[in-house]
Amino acid sequence: MDLPLFERADNVHPPVVFPDYRSNVLRAPRQPLVVLPQNLTEVTAPVFGQDTIGPTDGDLTRQFPDEPLGQRIIVHGRVLESNGRPVPNTLVEIWQANASGRYRHVVDNWPAPLDPNFSGAGRALTDAQGHYSFTTIQPGAYPWGNHDNAWRPAHIHFSVFGRAFTQRLVTQMYFPGDPLLPLDPIFNSIPDIRGRELLISRFDLSHTQPNWALAFEFDILLRGERSTPFESGADHDD
Amino acid sequence: MTDLTPSQTVGPFLHIGLPWADGSFAVAEGTPGAITITGRLTDGAGAALSDALVETWQSGAQPQRGFGRCPTGEDGGYRIVTVVPPVQPDRNGAIEAPHIDVAVFSRGLLNHLVTRIYFPGVEENATDPVLRSIDPARRGTLIAAEVPGGYLFDIRLQGDKETVFFDV
Repeated sequence: MDLPLFERADNVHPPVVFPDYRSNVLRAPRQPLVVLPQNLTEVTAPVFGQDTIGPTDGDLTRQFPDEPLGQRIIVHGRVLESNGRPVPNTLVEIWQANASGRYRHVVDNWPAPLDPNFSGAGRALTDAQGHYSFTTIQPGAYPWGNHDNAWRPAHIHFSVFGRAFTQRLVTQMYFPGDPLLPLDPIFNSIPDIRGRELLISRFDLSHTQPNWALAFEFDILLRGERSTPFESGADHDD
Repeated sequence: MTDLTPSQTVGPFLHIGLPWADGSFAVAEGTPGAITITGRLTDGAGAALSDALVETWQSGAQPQRGFGRCPTGEDGGYRIVTVVPPVQPDRNGAIEAPHIDVAVFSRGLLNHLVTRIYFPGVEENATDPVLRSIDPARRGTLIAAEVPGGYLFDIRLQGDKETVFFDV
């Protein structure tokens, strides 16, 4: 079968076992991962249509009759493959805390106020050039129980499908200049400093809307197709 | 290394953004041949993962979605309604037995875990290249059990009878 073959992502993602993140200790598999060859199931992905997206899914400041509190921001960027090819019509889902650093979630009970006008959830499809855009509120930092006086840096959770199961990605976008980043074990679990930098959005004056909202740009780079049709195969010959 | 966006954990609050009302249905309810796959997720201490999300993907279900997504309940349980996919050739021309790819997301996992559901009593399982690449003692963790109304596929993240997870 003539199937695309996606490049590997060695040394890109955090390690499977990373005990500095306490919840990892009982959940990380202890057996080595088995290499799964990329066949039809792995090089295809679900396709979502515009009917997946509701009218206010891309604007988290307009999901209720009144506006949420906090700094209004635009978060936009492109979903691209590593060779620069855009990923069009792919579903991008986000969720985040409100301006006070509180999630609208039953297990988040730290004493910061909920905002009745903020769900914290959004979704969008990328356009033909792979571009997406959300209008939302700058999320706050919040404490967590990982270690003494632990605080998560402000972040927005992102979920992206891409065009292949191999490209499926859930990650977090951070903000430039956040003093909590060097202290955060989740951020620091990324092995390469360049990878960490890719998760920090860029302040974007050119998309900042006068008298309205600051803009941050966040591109998401997924594994691209390998240019050679040959797979090494040595590690999973059968 | 190539510049690629690294993974981060889905965290404890994934329910804000990811579950869908009809997420469990990889095929529409009432589809001929539809089956229900259920199972529980447990950690290294045998405790239920009540804050995880299971996604399933299979090719060959088109024009139906072929994609299922279910958050786990208090008991660590999930449920997907789908059909058993057909056998399909791999890129080398060998036959892959019917299988469904699974992605597991949860707090504590910095990267999602990938596994596969195979079905019991399928002749092609004996020659499936992926199953054959796995230690026979662990192969059984990838084969669902037949139960009334469908199949059972538990996912043990760690410890005794740890599920086989893949690097894609």
